[in-house]
Amino acid sequence: MKSKILMLIGSLILVSAFFVPLWTIDLIAPQYPEGLGLYIHLNKIEGHKEGDLQSINGLNHYIGMKEIKPESIPELTIIPYFMYFMIALGLVTVVFNKKWMKMAWIGIFAVGGIVGLYDFYMWEYDYGHNLDPHAIIKIPGMNYQPPLIGYKQLLNFEAGSWPHFGFVIIMVSVLLVLCSLYLDFKNDKKLSKVT
Amino acid sequence: MNKYKISAIGITIAIALTLISFACNSSKESVTDGDAASKVYVAPGKHDEFYSFMSGGFSGQMAVYGLPSGRLLRVIPVFSQDPEKGWGYSEETKPMFNTTHGFIPWDDAHHPELSQTNGETDGRWIFINGNNVPRIARIDLTTFRTVEILELPNSSGNHSSPFTTENTEYVVAGTRFSVPIPNEDVSIAEYKEKFKGTLSFVKVDPKSGHMDLSFQILMPGFDYDLSHAGKGKSHGWMFFTCYNAEQANTLKEVNASQFDKDFIAAINWKKAEEYLAAGKGKEMPTSYYHNTWDEKKHSATSTEKKTVKILDPAECPGLVYYMPTPKSPHGCDIDPTGEYIVASGKLSTVVPVFSFDKVMAAIGAKSFDKTIDGIPVLNYDKIIAGEVQNPGLGPLHTEFDGRGNAYTSMFVSSEVVKWSLKDFKVLDRMPVYYSIGHLMIPGGDTKKPNGKYLVALNKITKDRYLPTGPELTQSAQLIDISGDKMKMLLDFPTIGEPHYAQAIEAEKIKDKSVRFYKLEENEHPYKTANPTEAKVVREGNKVHINMISIRSHFTPDNIEGIKVGDEVYIHVTNLEQDWDIPHGFAVMGAQTAELLIMPGETITYKWVPQKPGIYPFYCTDFCSALHQEMQGYIRVSPASSKIELSWNN
Repeated sequence: MKSKILMLIGSLILVSAFFVPLWTIDLIAPQYPEGLGLYIHLNKIEGHKEGDLQSINGLNHYIGMKEIKPESIPELTIIPYFMYFMIALGLVTVVFNKKWMKMAWIGIFAVGGIVGLYDFYMWEYDYGHNLDPHAIIKIPGMNYQPPLIGYKQLLNFEAGSWPHFGFVIIMVSVLLVLCSLYLDFKNDKKLSKVT
Repeated sequence: MNKYKISAIGITIAIALTLISFACNSSKESVTDGDAASKVYVAPGKHDEFYSFMSGGFSGQMAVYGLPSGRLLRVIPVFSQDPEKGWGYSEETKPMFNTTHGFIPWDDAHHPELSQTNGETDGRWIFINGNNVPRIARIDLTTFRTVEILELPNSSGNHSSPFTTENTEYVVAGTRFSVPIPNEDVSIAEYKEKFKGTLSFVKVDPKSGHMDLSFQILMPGFDYDLSHAGKGKSHGWMFFTCYNAEQANTLKEVNASQFDKDFIAAINWKKAEEYLAAGKGKEMPTSYYHNTWDEKKHSATSTEKKTVKILDPAECPGLVYYMPTPKSPHGCDIDPTGEYIVASGKLSTVVPVFSFDKVMAAIGAKSFDKTIDGIPVLNYDKIIAGEVQNPGLGPLHTEFDGRGNAYTSMFVSSEVVKWSLKDFKVLDRMPVYYSIGHLMIPGGDTKKPNGKYLVALNKITKDRYLPTGPELTQSAQLIDISGDKMKMLLDFPTIGEPHYAQAIEAEKIKDKSVRFYKLEENEHPYKTANPTEAKVVREGNKVHINMISIRSHFTPDNIEGIKVGDEVYIHVTNLEQDWDIPHGFAVMGAQTAELLIMPGETITYKWVPQKPGIYPFYCTDFCSALHQEMQGYIRVSPASSKIELSWNN
């Protein structure tokens, strides 16, 4: 029973991941005491506050970086479907409560996560390297790829890239399913002892 | 007596005089104590505790200073054109200056007055009067911009204004110079028969802040000087001082100083509302302008209004009473409880303090000395609570600390005098440099004063600062009033004349401050939302240029096909959505001021090119590393030219 509840909670808390950012990009510079940055959600990219996305795009034009246009990033449409699928699969798993299903659930999520991070890295690579040859500021050998995770100095900005609440929720979700699986294994042992 | 003795006495006297003068100087220097500097020091990057709004007097503007540091934070243009900000020069702001006398580029701004809720400052708006061409302006404290100017008909010299009631139901106005109503061509010698005063009550919409002239009370032709609303128990009453009960029309300094007593006019405005509801207000045809600023359209509209409701005290018993007040009273200040009405007779040797309860009792008992034009005159002895004896010379204004003390400014003896509301005895004196007019305590005219500081607003500075030729700054002096004795902390120069000021706890305002205008909310008819929408359109000899500015370029930045004789309207939209990134705009030879365009805003620059040639334009506000590159060219061809309009985007 406990195992089922854990699986149920593990699947359902993913719903809350839609309401908080998955990832944050922080840009720190002396002229921005109020902060500047982007939140990457499962289904959208927006500024830490109003005007931030426009301002970042405005600043990026100096180095010839492409404009960040959330509507032209297909992943923001695909990822929500993946999440719906994971939630649905999780609920189906609750009904059948099979260990192999839970293992498959974790496996799919892990693969999805790794693909997602790789994809995120590739976007960052593209934004950081694929620069306008007529850019105002050109520094030989310099690229502006933000770090996948951590801080990196990019001209006057210190760029930080960190997981946010949404990522934590996903981690907790996976952890709960892992616990559920662990309980199943423990139960199996108990049962085998009894028999 | 021999020669030597005479010269010895002479030398002794000379030495004595020198010593006395040194002693006088050193006593002046020692007015601050040792820790004054630390009390006003606000470290770099730290914020002041209070916003203080000081009128610019004859500058027509309002200055914002931080207290206790005395740092100038902003000058808000109000009644005067300000080329620095394009105020009164851009097409959008010109209607704010519209009056029945046409475009008026200046006024004399005297009294800032913060909006109040429950008798406390609430940080929504601040009002200020235009003294010369009677007007009231409203400034929005989320943007620190003038958003409304209302002209007042049947008025002249709007000095006793714009004092507010305790929930900002009304802000008021009065006539300092009585005039014929309606104004007409009469002999000045007919003053007594034809000249009248009016007291105006301007209703303030609690949501939008919009002002509407609700009614005017037609008064005898005295000079209505200052006012304050009752509060608490006296809420519902408004008190106006007046001088020249003599009704002199020449050499008023002598002829208006003859009577022993002039008056405070006590107005029961709740009663006025009843009379209006009963239809006692007479519609009078007139003309005045109401100019409002639209935050979405980023433009002003000027509307002419054509009637006003007039109440005549003779036909409205219980509406107005006169309280006899010694010697040409000026300040009219109500203590935080609403019980005491403090009048300052400029030439009086005492400061009279009236009791609201006694005023009510005298009205109830109908104990009147006489009537003037149907207005009952109360008996001085029956309404007086006490007199402050030997207060100093030239009492002008009083504010309160909320701990039972009052502080009165003395123009002639150049000092602030602290006295007790309990026994009306003087407690302390502080010399100020020089010739103080108003004084101000944050919230000092409300129900909840913040009695930490007092600011003296001085008219004369002479030797107080490094000399700057014959024209010297006026000054503000910050005094610590938290203890029993006043302590001088700081002395700082001000813009124009710091006639009166108000201050408010920074917390009530700072978090509401707008950082930029949202581009998607911009409803300006010539807004350019992105560079691809930039264009140039000819309508006869008018050419409209829809232009954008963003770090660090304009689009379009090459324009041809403009001809001599064209009126060019350049509508610049600042596309930035970032805090503190305004762009400026100016064209060589344009007979106007620059524009200063805030992020998300659209402003229009009018230019009438005079001769053919190439005209550069550029950003005037250092916006970015490539600010110098932020420029463009406009080609102007002869009127007969066949060159078609062209531009790049």
